[in-house]
Amino acid sequence: MMQAQVAQGQSPLLEVRDISVVFGGIIALNGVSFDMHKGAILGLIGPNGAGKTTLFNCLSRLYQPSTGDILMEGQSILTRPPHRMAEIGIGRTFQNVALFPNLTVLDNVRVGTHARTNSDIISDSLRLGWVRRGEAELNKKVNEIIGYLDLGDVAHTVVSGLPFGTQKRVELARALAAEPKILLLDEPAGGLNHEEVHVLGDLIRRIRDDRHMTILLVEHHMGLVMSIADHVVALNFGKKLAEGTPAQVQTDPDVIKAYLGSKDQ
Amino acid sequence: MELFINQVLAGIATGAIYACMALAVVMIYQAIDHLNFAQGEMAMFSTFIAWQLMQWGVPYWWAFLLTLVFSFAGGIAIERLLFKPLAKAPVLTNVAGFIALFAIVNSVAGLTWDFTIKQFPTPFGSSPFLGSQLISTHQAGMIGVTLGLLILLYLFFQFTRIGLAMRAAAALPESARLVGINTSWMIALGWGMAAAIGAIAGILIAPVVFLEPNMMGGVLIYGFAAAVLGGLSSPLGAVVGGFLVGVFENLVGTYIPGVGNELKLPIALALIITVLVLKPAGLFGRPIVKRV
Repeated sequence: MMQAQVAQGQSPLLEVRDISVVFGGIIALNGVSFDMHKGAILGLIGPNGAGKTTLFNCLSRLYQPSTGDILMEGQSILTRPPHRMAEIGIGRTFQNVALFPNLTVLDNVRVGTHARTNSDIISDSLRLGWVRRGEAELNKKVNEIIGYLDLGDVAHTVVSGLPFGTQKRVELARALAAEPKILLLDEPAGGLNHEEVHVLGDLIRRIRDDRHMTILLVEHHMGLVMSIADHVVALNFGKKLAEGTPAQVQTDPDVIKAYLGSKDQ
Repeated sequence: MELFINQVLAGIATGAIYACMALAVVMIYQAIDHLNFAQGEMAMFSTFIAWQLMQWGVPYWWAFLLTLVFSFAGGIAIERLLFKPLAKAPVLTNVAGFIALFAIVNSVAGLTWDFTIKQFPTPFGSSPFLGSQLISTHQAGMIGVTLGLLILLYLFFQFTRIGLAMRAAAALPESARLVGINTSWMIALGWGMAAAIGAIAGILIAPVVFLEPNMMGGVLIYGFAAAVLGGLSSPLGAVVGGFLVGVFENLVGTYIPGVGNELKLPIALALIITVLVLKPAGLFGRPIVKRV
């Protein structure tokens, strides 16, 4: 809460400007705009098919919007190739987890640091001094993140055999390893039980506070969104329905109608 | 018994070459999901480069090293010019691309160096290895160089940042891009490395099969058999498959009457079919499971 208020005076970290995405004849997103301020947790809600994941995929450059622009610290990201997003500072997790299945937890997290390290194939193969020094530092960071997310016990296990909840934590660790400015979380509570959701909420807040990240959260679990988000954007049928504090959005008649249907239907 | 050991060791020596070819095929298969039919021709061309350098008076190991650099650059160039534009094309378009590459490389080599058979030197000599009649020094050299190469590749993929990035890009390109890996460049590197590995195979086998534009035809088929046996999704499998196929080929040729040298090649093809029917994923490959 506090960080978000402090940031109000500054220019936004991320600006989504009038984004539209069209697949064939289907308009998945229709002129959506909103701002994200540094240090905020922004919740993105909406019924199934509202366009939440489409918007996410635009932010990580998997989809190219047909109109509109996305600005990160004032610069458009839409002209940059997808593999530059990590360097620019946008990291994400996936709803269904997209880890490298045949790599260990440690290697998955290590890969996450790729954008924050620099070496070429020749220096790498010859293991020149500066490559080795960089690696020592990197391993320290990777181990710190693995400890932070409580993955120490499974660090050397191949991820494909781990339970879903653990895999989700590994994916979060991989995203954190890239030191993103903005962390996009796609339904982190999906498949978790009540107690785990509670723990997750604390973890997300802790990540924001300890690691100074700005978080965009797509989530079906209303309880989680309403308890940790500073700001909520509600989508329906590709359009922005409402925006404001959790309390404002929760009582917005359009939002209630979208979720529960209206009397005259 | 001596014949048996002799044949097994000879099989391991040629198996080392099959292992290299299989590894090269698997590396490209992992990167772009297509079998490189021109892998053998690329290796043959590299071998001619080495031969040409030696004709010009370059010492063996320098020619060896320069050929690896040339092949690495050549592999990257082929990917950038021919297969990068085909990345989203249908399978058959890619197959046509590989066949074109096969024909072009083969003809250019024939045109430049003609089709007569040439001697290719070995730095190891061909005397008995350590005074034993079981294996020649060149065969021992083939095994030694291949094992050294495999160890270096293992260390590269296991412990370096680029090696890890290449594995990640092969496993899941979308996720790899999201963590900042330039997957397109990783594919090019895979091509470069595959071409260089093929060059080593070509240079090592050339003293045995002699140098000419069609020298790698049979070798590549054994390489495919090895890759299929080990599993196209597993580099380790390709290597183990290579050694197994080498030994199997020699033992069958020696002990089954009527097979001899002439029928050895159909054995490789029969092996491919048998593996595909009985265990399509190969010995070490992961079966492909799709969520529906």
